[in-house]
Amino acid sequence: MSQSQDCALLSICDLKKFYDQPGGGKLTILDVPEFQIARGEQVVLRGESGSGKTTLLHVISGIVPADSGSIRLEGVELMRFSEAKRDRIRAAKMGYVFQTFNLLPAFTALENVRLGMSFARGKLDIERAKDLLNRVGLHDRMHYLPGQLSVGQQQRVAVARALVNRPILLLADEPTANVDPANQERMIELIAKQCQEESVALLLVTHSDAVASRFSRVEQLSKINRALQTASV
Amino acid sequence: MNLLSIALRNLRYRKLASFLTALSMALGVALVVLVLTISGVIEKSLEKTSNVGYNLIVGAKGSPLQLVFNTVFFLSQPVENVPYAYYMEYLPADGRQKEYQRIGGELKEPERSGLYSFLMQGGFAIPLCMGDYVDEFRCVATTPDYFGLLKHGDLNDQDYRFSQGRNFVDYSEENGFFEAVVGSQVADRLGLKPGSEIFASHGAESGQAHGQGFVVVGILEPTGSPNDRGAFVNIEGFYLLEGHVAPERDEESGLEKRGTAQGPQRQGVLSKVRLPVEKREVTAILLKPNGFAAMSMEKQINKTKFAQAVSPIGQIEGLLGVFVRPLRWALLGLTSLVVIVSAISILVSIYNSMNDRKKDIAVMRALGASRDHITAIILLESLLIALAGGLVGWLVGHALGPLSNAWTMPTTGVKIDWFAVQSRWELWIVPGLVFLGTMAGAIPAMAAYRTPVARNL
Repeated sequence: MSQSQDCALLSICDLKKFYDQPGGGKLTILDVPEFQIARGEQVVLRGESGSGKTTLLHVISGIVPADSGSIRLEGVELMRFSEAKRDRIRAAKMGYVFQTFNLLPAFTALENVRLGMSFARGKLDIERAKDLLNRVGLHDRMHYLPGQLSVGQQQRVAVARALVNRPILLLADEPTANVDPANQERMIELIAKQCQEESVALLLVTHSDAVASRFSRVEQLSKINRALQTASV
Repeated sequence: MNLLSIALRNLRYRKLASFLTALSMALGVALVVLVLTISGVIEKSLEKTSNVGYNLIVGAKGSPLQLVFNTVFFLSQPVENVPYAYYMEYLPADGRQKEYQRIGGELKEPERSGLYSFLMQGGFAIPLCMGDYVDEFRCVATTPDYFGLLKHGDLNDQDYRFSQGRNFVDYSEENGFFEAVVGSQVADRLGLKPGSEIFASHGAESGQAHGQGFVVVGILEPTGSPNDRGAFVNIEGFYLLEGHVAPERDEESGLEKRGTAQGPQRQGVLSKVRLPVEKREVTAILLKPNGFAAMSMEKQINKTKFAQAVSPIGQIEGLLGVFVRPLRWALLGLTSLVVIVSAISILVSIYNSMNDRKKDIAVMRALGASRDHITAIILLESLLIALAGGLVGWLVGHALGPLSNAWTMPTTGVKIDWFAVQSRWELWIVPGLVFLGTMAGAIPAMAAYRTPVARNL
């Protein structure tokens, strides 16, 4: 059941995104009439590969602009902002956990986490970064480079980085895709728990049933995204 | 982490490339500093030496620059001489008459004063004879006035002092006419002290030594001038050496009359027989006229047939303007090219790394970095390499200067201090590096600016 747009943290309305096709014409990737997330709510968006999950996260986070429609965050329309403004909002209010972790190889675990707060306005809080690494169980790995960490450890650093700036919305794109099955559940528990402790809303996209089953609200992308319905027809 | 620390971390991650590009910049800047330092030293040395304490050098007609080189710097060879009687025309007051009485011989109108004596009141005229050598050092025959009346130093206000002994005199009971004073470098190099005897070689370093030696009675304190490399002998004794008699010349052709170059008979070292006036020539005359007479004298002398007058300051300034400064600019141009090539290497190095860093850039953008943040980081990296390399180059360039003092100071008289700026053009190095670093980083920064985010995540 969706929340009313007035009190929703994230509210999407008539969102469309096209890509140019090589042979001419436009391919509709996203056609989302309505989608909302409440404050602190944890939502899984389930879809197969190529269904536009990553594109939706990119559009929500402002990494790529939508072609039309509305995206409201805390009631503020993001579509009317410039790219630079969207960057600032993303830095301040959103966290992002990538499928392939995307830690910067030149920076230690601690520095990667601190990077998460480098581009938002406000004071850099090194103690916050250390605290988050402690909470994800990496207190003795702070000064290790990514190449010196295991896959699971790297993903935990990525989670800490996504939360370090106290976002209101965490976007996670297939966070367990590169984690072995034994650690997948641990990883999902970690993300869910940290978001709950920090009162951060979570939008997690995945194709995995096992991951989706952990959460109470699971939306099928094929039902939200009309572009998929049109394509299948 | 702020943008500066991100840039520093990126440079450390690519240590080798960062080090090599900074090194090439250091080399370029070191060369620029060296060129500025050396040209500054040369200029200072020439300017210091040009402050000689006299206004004009008079010599035989020829190249003014050659006359200055020969007289002031003891370089080149004297081309021709002028009669001693001509020198006597410059003696102030009744100096001409007194000189004739002292020397004797044949002189037209011996009772009159010198033709230029009225312009020389309060000034002086000092004769020089050159052409001989003591080992590798120039032998200068002159009068005791050379060290008695001339001064030295940056402000030309320091008397010549002797670390050992005294100035030579016109005639002494002990050594007759054959006394000498040597510069500090001559004494060091040849191991001379008061009482040592030196022998002048006629015409060249390898020329035949004269049979009669001169006794060293004084060693000059270092002056930082070419005088440190001179052996100064009493001109009276010089004239008594074989081959130093001026031959008679045909008035019309100027050719020597054979059999006329004979010196007086001497009985031993302590003989008081002097070479007569008509048998003497001088290579150069150092003049200090009174007031502003120097300029008018210079013009008048240069109108004569066989003599010229040059202002040493003017010639040295001309040398600086025609040779030293253009050469400095040419070398600066070359070394600046090295710096520019180094900047290009920074550009290439950072640009080539952009391909490998697309993902990193995309991640930072996804974390909220704006395009301007990314551009700033790349520009900072370029600037840091340029400035770090430039700083090392500046230090190395300045360190080489003082390390070379052992060789350059005795020759030029200029001491290069640690990190002393010899030329104001050096102040342009930092702004230049900032400019080059920015330019070098501009193209990679633009590439970073345009990096597509979604495609590279």
